[in-house]
Amino acid sequence: MNVTVKIFYMNLSDQSLEKIENLIPRFPLKQSAVLPLLHIFQEEKGFISKNDIEWIANKLDMQPINVYGLVTFYPMLRESPSGKRQIKVCRTLSCALKGSYKLCQKLQEELNCPLDGTSHDGNYSIEFVECLASCGTAPIVQVDQKLYENVSLEKATDFANAIRKETETGKEGNFNWNL
Amino acid sequence: MAATETRMILKYVDQSEYDNSIDCYIRHGGYEVLKKAVQRKPEELAQEVTDSQVRGRGGAGFPAGMKWSFLDRKSGKPIYLICNADESEPGTFKDRQIIYKDPHQLIEGMMISAYATRTKLAFIYIRGEMYDGARILEKAIEEARSKGFVGDNICGSDYGCDIIIYRGAGAYICGEETGLIESLEGKRPYPRIKPPYFPAVLGLYQCPTIVNNVETFCHIKIIAEIGGKEFLKIGTPNNTGTRIWCVSGDVQKPGYYEFPCAAITLGELIYEVCGGLFPGRTLKAVIPGGSSAKVLRADERYKGKLKDGSEFDWSINDIPLDFDSVAACGSMSGSGAVIVMDDTRDMVEVLGNINEFYAHESCGQCTPCREGSLWMKKITTRMSYGDARPEDADLLLDIAKQIEGRTICAFGEACAWPTMSFVSKFKDEFVTKAQNKSTQNSLI
Repeated sequence: MNVTVKIFYMNLSDQSLEKIENLIPRFPLKQSAVLPLLHIFQEEKGFISKNDIEWIANKLDMQPINVYGLVTFYPMLRESPSGKRQIKVCRTLSCALKGSYKLCQKLQEELNCPLDGTSHDGNYSIEFVECLASCGTAPIVQVDQKLYENVSLEKATDFANAIRKETETGKEGNFNWNL
Repeated sequence: MAATETRMILKYVDQSEYDNSIDCYIRHGGYEVLKKAVQRKPEELAQEVTDSQVRGRGGAGFPAGMKWSFLDRKSGKPIYLICNADESEPGTFKDRQIIYKDPHQLIEGMMISAYATRTKLAFIYIRGEMYDGARILEKAIEEARSKGFVGDNICGSDYGCDIIIYRGAGAYICGEETGLIESLEGKRPYPRIKPPYFPAVLGLYQCPTIVNNVETFCHIKIIAEIGGKEFLKIGTPNNTGTRIWCVSGDVQKPGYYEFPCAAITLGELIYEVCGGLFPGRTLKAVIPGGSSAKVLRADERYKGKLKDGSEFDWSINDIPLDFDSVAACGSMSGSGAVIVMDDTRDMVEVLGNINEFYAHESCGQCTPCREGSLWMKKITTRMSYGDARPEDADLLLDIAKQIEGRTICAFGEACAWPTMSFVSKFKDEFVTKAQNKSTQNSLI
């Protein structure tokens, strides 16, 4: 008799596992938990691997292809790691009118990082993203989880320096960058 | 004299002593409306919303009371309530202000709506990029739960309803209500076809579902407070209540401004409220309701008949800011996002930027939209980089016409309308682009 045993392994923290166990029963159908689970994996590990997809699919009684289909659909979900700091510059009209193309170019030069790529030191990734919903204070840049407003081209060098200083000193998140 | 704002939704937002904690909200009279609401019959509250004639603030402007009245109550299935906080229409940033600065107002409005529609479980679908917004809402819901405003036995009654925060992941299409529902079910957010999938009948998990915008829920709180009949007095018939106008682009003071419907004109908004254009510039075009709304040309006369039969003849500055007047001028007030462009802007480049957005955000379900949005983007990008051809203007119109009305959801119109309006209203610019093959793209 052939018995196939599938082993799903993953290395999430106990805290995240507990979060997952608490989360799933809150939804009337557990498949609804798939997007929150993908967020939990990505926020802890930086990206979503094939193994993670299989683990989630098994957990939620889904087919792995259907979980993978979400990872490829949503712009925020990633299949490969990004730089330590993720810099997202808004590309859409209101920000473009305020010079976000030149700003994005300048930040790439300052941080020595190609667009949609990662700098050689692995510290930075720069993306050009669609509307971040803060058009009244354009141009907008999101660094990791925090939104920065009115990042004009003239302030790009200072802004890049603030990110660099924070990254190199290891104190990440919520740097104070005053206009 | 500069027009002064009438802040109802944003009443306390931006006041120095106001924060987003529940204590501060209660100090300012918060949750009193909910306490009174649960003493009333749910049908009475729903009737107030119908009486108020309040129209949805998400973009389509559909009357909220009517949406609620379509709820299928005979099926015996549970009813779900969803707050659409996936604010992603380019130019819109009003919901962000409410979520970040006054989250309890949204929660109170949602709980009143949940009670009125007899919902037991509600969701807030918030944009994935709003990390802090999701955390603020999570904290606010926990605070409200500990005080008995969310969860079981709300305000001591036997009614209970929970709220779950659900984070999106950067897809514009999740702002479309049936796409949002698919996303909430754990699938790719491909919009559903209507009929039969009207959310009020076959929504989340095939159960009756109400989806309303963040701002709409705040209006419902005000309606429950002052009554539907009183709410009618704000604004004009069929355009009731206040609206938050999000102004961005080429004005001196961009920002969010709240006025009763039709209280000010587009000219007053631009020149008085927003400090006008930059020195030496003149107005060229305005997108009045988010990037999918048709553009308004500054030197055009807008003539026609309003719904009540009265004739109008307006310049762009005379257009009253409400739902019906902007629609009568051939555009829409959509989500209230006003994007202003002055005479330095090249309309081909602006359309190129908009088309790039829609090509990126098309979900890919329907062929006319998936392919058409990409073709339009390729053409306007090529034109912007010095390779325009004389036939491009007509080609763009041809593609746009083949998208409009041929898709499952309104995204087809959203991506076709900018091209149709920019090319037909600024045809001279699109044609001369072929003669003047400048490779200089001023936006880039």
